[in-house]
Amino acid sequence: MSADLEKNDVIISVKNLAKHYKNKKTEIHALDGITTDIRRGEVLVIIGPSGSGKSTFLRSLNLLERPTEGTITFEGVDITAPETDINKLRQKMGMVFQHFNLFPHLTIMDNMTLAPRKLLNMSREDAEAKALELLARVGLQDRADAYPSQLSGGQKQRIAIVRALCMSPDVLLFDEPTSALDPEMVGEVLDVMKALAKTGMTMAVVTHEMGFAKEVGTRVIFMDEGVIVEEGTPNEIFDNPKNERLQAFLAKVL
Amino acid sequence: MGMLAFRVSLALPARLANLKDQFYINFIADDRYMYLVRGLWMTLRITFFAVLLGIALGVVAAIIRSTYDKNVDDMRPGIGKAILKILNAIVKLYLTIIRGTPVVVQLMITYYVIFQSSTNTMLVAVLAFGINSGAYVAEIIRSGIMSIDNGQFEAGRSLGFNYIQTMWYIIIPQALKNVLPALANEFIVLVKETSVSGYVGIMDLTRGGDVIRSRTFVAFMPLLAVAGIYLIIVIIFSKLVSVMERRLRNSER
Repeated sequence: MSADLEKNDVIISVKNLAKHYKNKKTEIHALDGITTDIRRGEVLVIIGPSGSGKSTFLRSLNLLERPTEGTITFEGVDITAPETDINKLRQKMGMVFQHFNLFPHLTIMDNMTLAPRKLLNMSREDAEAKALELLARVGLQDRADAYPSQLSGGQKQRIAIVRALCMSPDVLLFDEPTSALDPEMVGEVLDVMKALAKTGMTMAVVTHEMGFAKEVGTRVIFMDEGVIVEEGTPNEIFDNPKNERLQAFLAKVL
Repeated sequence: MGMLAFRVSLALPARLANLKDQFYINFIADDRYMYLVRGLWMTLRITFFAVLLGIALGVVAAIIRSTYDKNVDDMRPGIGKAILKILNAIVKLYLTIIRGTPVVVQLMITYYVIFQSSTNTMLVAVLAFGINSGAYVAEIIRSGIMSIDNGQFEAGRSLGFNYIQTMWYIIIPQALKNVLPALANEFIVLVKETSVSGYVGIMDLTRGGDVIRSRTFVAFMPLLAVAGIYLIIVIIFSKLVSVMERRLRNSER
């Protein structure tokens, strides 16, 4: 179904996205009117201080968070409409979490093949062949029979990425994929993400890794207090920031 | 002193002979041991099917309760929310009534009130004990579900599994493993609770021993035999569970 999508076609279109909720009588505006498009082949990097709403924004894209206002259109379908089958659409939107969230009761192989077998009705042989191929791409083909608890954090996150890839998604969402890792393991995960970006995978990445944003990002969004404060190419954002809040933020993190 | 020692030494062989007689009267004569064998078989069958029913009911009730607790605040008003509220209310009522009344009363109500004309007393007992056990299993499994990190749930949903599939493939297997000791304890309790089956005329192990007592007018041996058999069942079961626990734990190392 994705073959007819040309490069640069809009995959996800977000309009006036807002999430408000009440917390002890004070109204919290986690998101306050976000509008942007994600195009095919793009690596969108979302940066911002903690509490800026960047994770909430990313998690809204596959409805792990339910927005209170606005629309999200994925491949032409309004996913916020009540009649939409979100489960079907999520199969095409992979997600990688900060804390990996591998299934501890399953082997690496079963972690990777469970969804393709049950949701795409792939045969065990086909699913395992595909999983092995993906494992080889991240250099972990010899760990297929291991359990998640036997792996390091970096290995777990690499598995989590290829687990998402087993569903052949059209877009991959990364929610701070390196934030829970020991520093020496950040590189191996970023390398996998870089290689993935080179294959033309559409990616939306919430991260604190400014080096990754500069090197791999095709577009950078800076968020603060639930809104997009500034967006542009990595050069525009990092070398020529216009907004004061962005300048202050970059002064702290660079 | 000397007199006493003399009397004991005289009494001992006499008592042993007496024990031998008792054993013969209680178990061998008229094939009375068959009361225990048939009773044991009945107890095992009731327990086995009641455990299955209890797990099935417990899992369903636990899923409803934890789904309600986790999601009701975030759900949009509509038919789904209404159904969930009703199901949750039914489950809560079930838990309150079953856990608030004695199992022997529930058994008698099932037999004398609900199935007034039933001749299949074993089925009645399976239903009564299964429904009773389900209430306790539900709370055990619910605590297991609540102990699983929400990230597991999100990972399942993000791959495209629906709510029930995520529960079935990802949450429940981990939850069951976490609560295995508590579940085992529940089933140890259940085996022994079936000993009230005699109240509705079922020939279970306890009733079998009691029948022997009423025939031979000797309580000591048949009742001790019954107690010993329960003890052995529980010991074997505990052993099986600890082996299972160890194997489950090893599979993740």
